[in-house]
Amino acid sequence: MERSIRRSSQPQNEILKGTLDMMILRTLVGGDAHGHTIAKVIEHTSEDLLEVEQGSLYPALHRLEDRKWLSSYWGLSENNRKAKFYRLTAEGRKQLVRETSRWRQMTRAIGLVMGEEGGAQ
Amino acid sequence: MIWFRFLRRKNSDAELQAEMEAFLAEETAENEARGMSSDEARRQARLKLGNPQKVRESLWVQNSPQLLTLFGRDVRYAFRTLGRTPGFSIIAVSIMALGIGATTSLFTIVRAVLLRPLPFRDPGNLVMLYEHYRQNTGGDGFNAVAPGDYRDWRSQTHSFEDMAAMRGYGGIISGVHSELPEVVQSAGGSANLFSLLGVSPVFGRTFTEAEDQPEGQPVVLLTWNLFQRRFAGDPSIIGKQVHLDTIPTTVIGVLPSWFTYPDAKIQFWLPYAQTFSPGDYGMHDGHQSMVVARLKPGVSAEAATREVSALQYQIHIANASKPVAEDVWYRPMIDDLAKNVRTPLLVLLGAVGCMLLIACLNLTNLLVARSATRRREVAVRGALGGSRFVLICEQITESLLICLAGGGLGLLLSLVSTYWLAAHWRNLPRAEYVHVDGWVLTFTLALVVAAALLAGLVPAISSTGKGLLSGLRDSSRTVGGSASRARLRKTMLTAEIALTVVLLISAGLLFKSFLHLRTTDLGCRIDHVITMKFGLPEIQYNTRDKVVRFHESLLERLRQLPGVRGAGLVSVPPGAGPSGDRVFSILERPAPSYSLQYDAIALTADPQYFSVMQIPLRRGRVFTEHERLNNDHYIVVSKTFVDQYLAGDDPVGKHVRVGWDTKPEVYEILGEVGDTVNDITKPDPPTMYFPILSGIPDRTSLATIVAHTSADPLTMSMPIQRQISALEPELPVYNALTMDQILGKTSASQGFAANLVLAFAALSLLLAAVGLYGVLSYLTNQRTPDIGLRIAMGAQRSQILRLVLFEGLRPALIGLIFGIAVSALATQLLRSMLYGTRPLDPSAFAGAATMLLAVAVLACLIPAWRASRIDPIQALRTE
Repeated sequence: MERSIRRSSQPQNEILKGTLDMMILRTLVGGDAHGHTIAKVIEHTSEDLLEVEQGSLYPALHRLEDRKWLSSYWGLSENNRKAKFYRLTAEGRKQLVRETSRWRQMTRAIGLVMGEEGGAQ
Repeated sequence: MIWFRFLRRKNSDAELQAEMEAFLAEETAENEARGMSSDEARRQARLKLGNPQKVRESLWVQNSPQLLTLFGRDVRYAFRTLGRTPGFSIIAVSIMALGIGATTSLFTIVRAVLLRPLPFRDPGNLVMLYEHYRQNTGGDGFNAVAPGDYRDWRSQTHSFEDMAAMRGYGGIISGVHSELPEVVQSAGGSANLFSLLGVSPVFGRTFTEAEDQPEGQPVVLLTWNLFQRRFAGDPSIIGKQVHLDTIPTTVIGVLPSWFTYPDAKIQFWLPYAQTFSPGDYGMHDGHQSMVVARLKPGVSAEAATREVSALQYQIHIANASKPVAEDVWYRPMIDDLAKNVRTPLLVLLGAVGCMLLIACLNLTNLLVARSATRRREVAVRGALGGSRFVLICEQITESLLICLAGGGLGLLLSLVSTYWLAAHWRNLPRAEYVHVDGWVLTFTLALVVAAALLAGLVPAISSTGKGLLSGLRDSSRTVGGSASRARLRKTMLTAEIALTVVLLISAGLLFKSFLHLRTTDLGCRIDHVITMKFGLPEIQYNTRDKVVRFHESLLERLRQLPGVRGAGLVSVPPGAGPSGDRVFSILERPAPSYSLQYDAIALTADPQYFSVMQIPLRRGRVFTEHERLNNDHYIVVSKTFVDQYLAGDDPVGKHVRVGWDTKPEVYEILGEVGDTVNDITKPDPPTMYFPILSGIPDRTSLATIVAHTSADPLTMSMPIQRQISALEPELPVYNALTMDQILGKTSASQGFAANLVLAFAALSLLLAAVGLYGVLSYLTNQRTPDIGLRIAMGAQRSQILRLVLFEGLRPALIGLIFGIAVSALATQLLRSMLYGTRPLDPSAFAGAATMLLAVAVLACLIPAWRASRIDPIQALRTE
């Protein structure tokens, strides 16, 4: 139950296990956002290669909030609708830095194994 | 954190729903902006969101601790199944409440008395030292210490950090004008005793070495009890005077309320040396003191005692003509305090442990029976993919619930029973510390969990085992499938019965020895006798003349009292427990060596005592009015005395030399009388009677009136007391008891333990009977079609009766044999608690076996009879 893996008919759209949290944190660096926007931003930024399933997005948001990496408040969306906004906390920023560097190491390691010169960036 | 989330998961869910609503609205708006129709936009948004229920569920699960929810479900399930069969639940809970309650009670007492450290500084390093005679006759080998020995040990050995002495003492405390006299127990303690134990007085100070001398300044330390009771807790009493045995004595301090050592009855402490005359303080042959020693760090008790023992041997050599022990033995202080109750307590704890085990086995049996009726349900769930672990957990939860309810109820039960036990157990040391604390609660909880596992695991594992799926195939006509289950139940039943037999036999033995104590022949009149003790203050009654005058005028007044048929005086009445003994030699039969030196109880009596108490005269004569004052060198001896020391020869005219404190004196034996019991748990001791009319103050001023009355003896206690006051208004009397009461007092604690074990055994028998009945009626029920078939084929009803009866009696018989075998070993542990019987007493074994068989037959007869009444047509049709 900890990390739900997106199951999709197109396997390339699957979000790698454990990376959703990191991407949510990264998205929120740009400013507070509600669930819909977060999903949209991840999808757009990934040039629609990734698809965020709501079934894992919302539990993930609640989990991050429990860990005090996000704080939340109810506000009005761009379209003047009531929505729950999430904000990155100081602790969340630190966590993002940690996860980013771990991710870099991991991709470099995988790159080396896969024979890409200097690792994949 | 997880708890916080768990508690507000409803909120969290509501918020999530609102969030998802918001998402749908956003997405729909976006889709509409792309030009979709509003319906299509909504449909696409929903498609994108997926199943909102699933999202909610996953968040819900994320917010709930897994184990807790599983457990919660099991608990709810167990509650429902238990609620469906309230009869079963109530029986099961009561069985466990009894078992757990009784065990908790006993543990509470064992903890306070045997396990709780003594309240002294560094109590693990305190030991008690005793003298030990190599040629010991009777007793446990731990003998009281002579003051001379103690003083030599303390001054001449160095392997203990320090040692201190104390002795029990008595006394009359009164105000400075002799007002409010009160006879109380007191103790003498050496100056270093309190610092050695680590006890400091609440007010004032303890004794100094200068005061701890035979003729030191008279001072007294009050215990908290006396301080509160008599002096209303007023500290200004320090430095003032009270009269102790009419001697003006200065109060120097008050001991703390928790200091109730060696027992709570002691009211004040005197300096140890002041309880001796100067001549006696150095003696090696008068034994009455207890010595407590503190170990040096790093020195073992064995090594330290060895040095003291070596010194004692030298003292023994130097005093070869006197009864001086050769060796010194030690015993840890905590064991010393509990020496008399240790075995009874452990026996009782063992008994309740057995009972708890029986209760567990019974619960197991009941649960196995239940699981059998749910066999199909379990099989279906197993077939549908229910994991074995989950199924086992479910069943254990059920037994856990029963045990928890039983434990809670048992704890309440034990609260009541523990205080009752502590209050009614005569001479229980440290009874004031008996209370339920964290340790006891932890123990109960552990007991509950252990019992739940024990009772729940077997049925749970057996009912979810390999044969699980066969439950689906089984039709009720095939009995083979449940054969292994039946064997399991019979095995448990056998164990239950074996344990019951052990309890029954032990209870039988204890009860038999109790009855023996009750019916012991005291060798004297018991009915219509009242006894009353008094002590003449030696300050006023300081000559033989004065004492004799008092005794004689008292006897004269009593004999004229209406309702009194006869009255006599004796120092200690029969059955009243230990009294002083004296060593002596017989001039006509010199002892071969000092170590076989003769020793007998020394009593003083007046001429009519023997006839009043109906103590038979066997040879010669008893005292007359002529053996009085200085003409006192005559004694009367008991039958055991003659048997033991004169080989049954005629004692009349023989002479004994008795060692008094200062110089030995020679007495002529006038006659021989029958034995009277001293302590009913021990054989009759040899006894010498000295004439009380000698009036020697320190031997005869303490006396007990024995009066044979025509009416109820208790009604005579006030008239007798008035006669005493008429002679000496300020003389207190105490222990106004009938002979029946004296007897009851000494046998009470034995009767107490015997009755308790008997009660446990009876309960266990009941449990075993219920178990036997339950198993057999279950088996018979299961075999109804089989039996019906047999009857239809022409089996006689008597044959069926026999068949079922023997099926039930087989585990009972096997259990009986095992039980008897175990008892043969277990009862050896009871040896020290038995009087007039022995561990392998055949009547106790036979009685227990008969009783068990009778109950077993009774429990089996009902299902067997029912089986033989089965209507074959109906039985075959139930299919």
